[in-house]
Amino acid sequence: MSKPQSRPAIRAEGLTKRFGSRRALAGVDLEAAPGTVLGVLGPNGAGKTTTVRVLSTLLRPDAGRAWMAGHDVLADPEGVRRSLGLSGQYAAVDEKLTGRENLYLVARLYGLGRRAARVRSGELLAGFDLEEAADRRSGTYSGGMRRRLDLAGALVARPPVVVLDEPTTGLDPRGRADTWRAVRTLVAEGTTVLLTTQYLEEADQLADVIVVIEHGGVVARGSAAELKARVGGERLSLTVTEAWARAATGDILSSLGAHRPELDARTGRFTVTTDHGAETLEYTLGCLRMASIAVRDVVLAPPTLDDAFLALTGQPVSAGGPADEALGAGAR
Amino acid sequence: MKAARRLARDSSLIAWRNLLNLRRTPGSVVAALVQPVMFVLLLAYVFGGSLGGAGYRTFLMGGIFAQAVTFNAAFTALGLAGDMDKGIVDRFRSLPMPPMAVLLGRALSDLTMSTVTLAVTSVCGLLVGWRIAGSAAGALLAYGLILLFAFAMSWVGAAIGLLARSVEVAQSAGLVWLFPVTFVSSAFVSTDSMPGPLRTVAEWNPVSATATAVRQLFGNPPPGGFPAGDAWPVVHALPYAVFCACLITAVFSALALRRFRRITLG
Repeated sequence: MSKPQSRPAIRAEGLTKRFGSRRALAGVDLEAAPGTVLGVLGPNGAGKTTTVRVLSTLLRPDAGRAWMAGHDVLADPEGVRRSLGLSGQYAAVDEKLTGRENLYLVARLYGLGRRAARVRSGELLAGFDLEEAADRRSGTYSGGMRRRLDLAGALVARPPVVVLDEPTTGLDPRGRADTWRAVRTLVAEGTTVLLTTQYLEEADQLADVIVVIEHGGVVARGSAAELKARVGGERLSLTVTEAWARAATGDILSSLGAHRPELDARTGRFTVTTDHGAETLEYTLGCLRMASIAVRDVVLAPPTLDDAFLALTGQPVSAGGPADEALGAGAR
Repeated sequence: MKAARRLARDSSLIAWRNLLNLRRTPGSVVAALVQPVMFVLLLAYVFGGSLGGAGYRTFLMGGIFAQAVTFNAAFTALGLAGDMDKGIVDRFRSLPMPPMAVLLGRALSDLTMSTVTLAVTSVCGLLVGWRIAGSAAGALLAYGLILLFAFAMSWVGAAIGLLARSVEVAQSAGLVWLFPVTFVSSAFVSTDSMPGPLRTVAEWNPVSATATAVRQLFGNPPPGGFPAGDAWPVVHALPYAVFCACLITAVFSALALRRFRRITLG
């Protein structure tokens, strides 16, 4: 932390890991400069959680090396743990303990004295808006509150590196916004953050560098802007019910820009990538009205992970399924 | 020295957390306490009548103590497996503390639980007519020996809990061995009536040695028709029981720690 730019805060080289016959990591390389956010983007089963577990010393890789805050994950796990805050996908809070007790326990285990642990727990409870619920068992908390408590636990020792494994999966929009704000505050204070996510938008909002992984390998990496340039902007889709109007609609959509529209012949649904969002929408609807073409189900939406994968790899997201990732997390 | 102090501090923090959990799960605590009480009543009045009556009820308690703390090992297995399942162990392991602290903390909280079990069981024993007939020092030593044995057995539970891949497996694997281990022994009957090989197993069973040593220390003689036998572990019950407890602790703590380090990382 003292010498920014001197060496990466997070670095991994050629990490591989198999669980039985399944290859969870097939040579993952990562790097994050101090004080930046590294986003690891991928579908369920891509190897995100396995990567996180290796980097946070919870899982021994079959091959490869990794350093966190300058400590070798394999040779000096103790050093890594001292410099690391981890907040998992499944908030690992003790349901039988109150929020305050959870944080106090973690603070003491980080080596804080009794009084310091009490003070720090109080600060974090206030900072994460958990003061009112502080003395209630965390088992009674909502999903968002548990995530906040788990995140607070990761920050107890003010670690230089924080790892967040899918911090917003399953949260409502407000919970998501709260988490994003917390991450931004961390980075403003100079913390390096590694964040895994299934949401392109989240990586876009938070990450300085995004690494896209699938099948345990890196398929793309770059800044959000670089990847977006490859993925394209929003998707405009609409359905034309009458068959005669399809050709004309195709022409109109083709004229919008460089992106080619796609047509689902069965449903009559067109999808086209657009770089000018709402403006394009208005213009398109105007053209269609002039041509007396009736449309329904008009949607303008940001690219999904599927769209991104299609654009980046030329292939849709493979059917990894959530079971795969769960296996990776639970495999011992 | 610093490492030892840290292990002591972190283990007691984990034990504190485990005990808070137990206190807030009164159902499981009650279940743990009902079990020995049930065995006392069952053996004292259902089987006891034909096994020697009042004399048997006095004899019985040494076996009950040894059995009760052995059964508590199932708690260790379940507790550890549950913590792994819920990601609590991951959370602990991502913190800078010795791996042993998670296991030792569990063993310490289970030892506390065993102490409570012993107190309740003792009161129950007194109610059915059991008495401490030996010296106060002997009685202290007897309770000390049972707790030493409890500590040893909780490491067996820890190893089972870590080897099990789920709470469900830990639940059944943590229970099945308890019945043969506690019943193929002199905890409740004389080994004299058992067929040859089974008798040898029972005589060398640490549960037998613990029960026998505890009876001697409490001054509880076997009832008529319960020949003690003259096998070495029967004659030298106290030293053999202490030796077994230490050996079990050494072997199973090493096994549990090794397993734990494999599951997580160094």
